[in-house]
Amino acid sequence: MNRILKNRVTLIYTLLFLVWIFQFDWIKETLLFFLDSKNTIVQRSSLFELAYQHSYIVLLSTTLSILIGLSLAIWVRLSRSEELKQIVLQFSTIGETLPTAAIIALSVPMIGYGNVPLVLALCIYGILPIVRNTIVGLNTIPSEVQEAAQGLGLTRLEQLIRIDLPLALPAILTGIRIATVINVSAATIGATVGAGGFGVMIIAGIRTYDTLMIIQASVPVIVMALWFDRVLRAN
Amino acid sequence: MIQLRNVTKKYDKQEALRGIDLNINEGECIVLIGPSGCGKSSLLKSINRMIDIDSGEIRVFNQSIESYRVEELRRKIGYCIQGVGLFPHLSVKENIAIVLRVLKWKEEDIDQRVNELLSMTELPLSYINKRPHELSGGEAQRVGVCRALATNPSILLMDEPFGALDPLTREKVQLAFKEIQKKLHKTVVFVTHDVEEAILLADRIALMQEGKILHLDTPNKFMNLDKNEYGSDFLGKDYSLRLLKRFTLADLNLKEVRSFNSLVNLSLGSSVKDGLSYCLNAEQSIYFNDNNHIYELSYNDIYNFMQRINHE
Ligand SMILES: Nc1ncnc2c1ncn2[C@@H]1O[C@H](COP(=O)(O)OP(=O)(O)OP(=O)(O)O)[C@@H](O)[C@H]1O
Ligand SMILES: [Mg+2]
Repeated sequence: MNRILKNRVTLIYTLLFLVWIFQFDWIKETLLFFLDSKNTIVQRSSLFELAYQHSYIVLLSTTLSILIGLSLAIWVRLSRSEELKQIVLQFSTIGETLPTAAIIALSVPMIGYGNVPLVLALCIYGILPIVRNTIVGLNTIPSEVQEAAQGLGLTRLEQLIRIDLPLALPAILTGIRIATVINVSAATIGATVGAGGFGVMIIAGIRTYDTLMIIQASVPVIVMALWFDRVLRAN
Repeated sequence: MIQLRNVTKKYDKQEALRGIDLNINEGECIVLIGPSGCGKSSLLKSINRMIDIDSGEIRVFNQSIESYRVEELRRKIGYCIQGVGLFPHLSVKENIAIVLRVLKWKEEDIDQRVNELLSMTELPLSYINKRPHELSGGEAQRVGVCRALATNPSILLMDEPFGALDPLTREKVQLAFKEIQKKLHKTVVFVTHDVEEAILLADRIALMQEGKILHLDTPNKFMNLDKNEYGSDFLGKDYSLRLLKRFTLADLNLKEVRSFNSLVNLSLGSSVKDGLSYCLNAEQSIYFNDNNHIYELSYNDIYNFMQRINHE
């Protein structure tokens, strides 16, 4: 039942997203009842193009976060060092407290404008939830399970692969889900430094006081975030 | 097979082992017994280096345990932890086979080994696909024993492996374990705080208190411990009675008779304790049938037997 319901909701999100992207004219008619559009500037990028850029940026940055976050957590686990764990958690918390805008602004002078500073910022932002959830997931493995694995003569690496990671998988997935969902919406800010994605249209809408345009680009962001939130759930 | 020399272990301030000397022979079953917190688990874990000792020396297969790679040492030694610790995400089969997988055994060899172990511990073969949460406490413990036996190690460390079983199953599994142990000639270090279990399984019992071995002897010899207050307290004033469970009526060399009054439901395989129980209801001798031979049993037979093992 849950499974079916989940699939159905996912399907609705997918359809809504696709219709919005490809058939926005239908929706525009309806929305124009409530708003008046200025239609002053000609849009340079189609919604489809923005959707492609947005997904690309989110997937790339989240993949990097996963690679870095998991490697850090695994390194902490294999070392069995409480000290290292504290250091890694501390660093990723710092990564979290830095405002995305600040990272972007600071990296522009070094890397220049475009997608790169945005991907960098989102990647740093996504590391913490993944590291933290993975470490917590590994810590909650019952001590007698760990003792048994150790007592049977499994090396730390064998324990990690056969016991620890499979048992921590739900927690790891939660971390990835949180990172992805945050990054989907945080990615909109990238338009200020010349990155692509739905942010481009949102910023343009804000500049020209065009409510329709803002809605046109915000709704797919929300739907995309909800979609990832659904799909990346373990059950 | 296993030698411990003046082994000590301290956790922060808590002294868990305070100078343990113990020599365990090949094929012997040593049972560690003592009150909670006396250091039984610590002693066991020091042997496969689950904990590192502070001083002293431990030798296994005539080699210091320090000289092995730690995983290598642990794979030579089967270990059932207190609390079982089955892997919740793996089936019964994969739990048992985990080390075999690491050692890259062939699938059909694994199947065969798992089936062998399941039937030895009297678990249905249909259980291979069950998950740990679908097992009763006692079944889980038996799977834990199978897992420890998977690589056929010649040494077994068992920390209260039958703790969660109901008395009837417990006795059955104990007897089955005793059979297995005699047949496979394993060297076993077994922890329990159940005196009857110790009596039944032990070749020698090590009675521990506060990190030391107070007495180390065969179960029979512990009968003479009455003067020692701590020991008799822990083993129970009814130790002699409990000891009777270790022996069967066949051990008594009873004489066969031709005339008898009425028969009771015993056989030569019954424990002496059961025999005594029937005696309690009879004024004189009782009689039983075993394989069409009639035997006579009286208090005197039991008394004489106790005298004999006492002075052996
Ligand atoms: N990891 C640990 N850290 C600190 N103290 C410990 C640790 N493990 C055991 N101890 C202490 O060492 C002593 C011996 O513990 P041990 O587990 O060997 O007892 P035990 O005889 O197995 O008890 P039980 O019958 O309850 O299992 C106890 O006082 C216990 O509190
Ligand atoms: Mg213990």
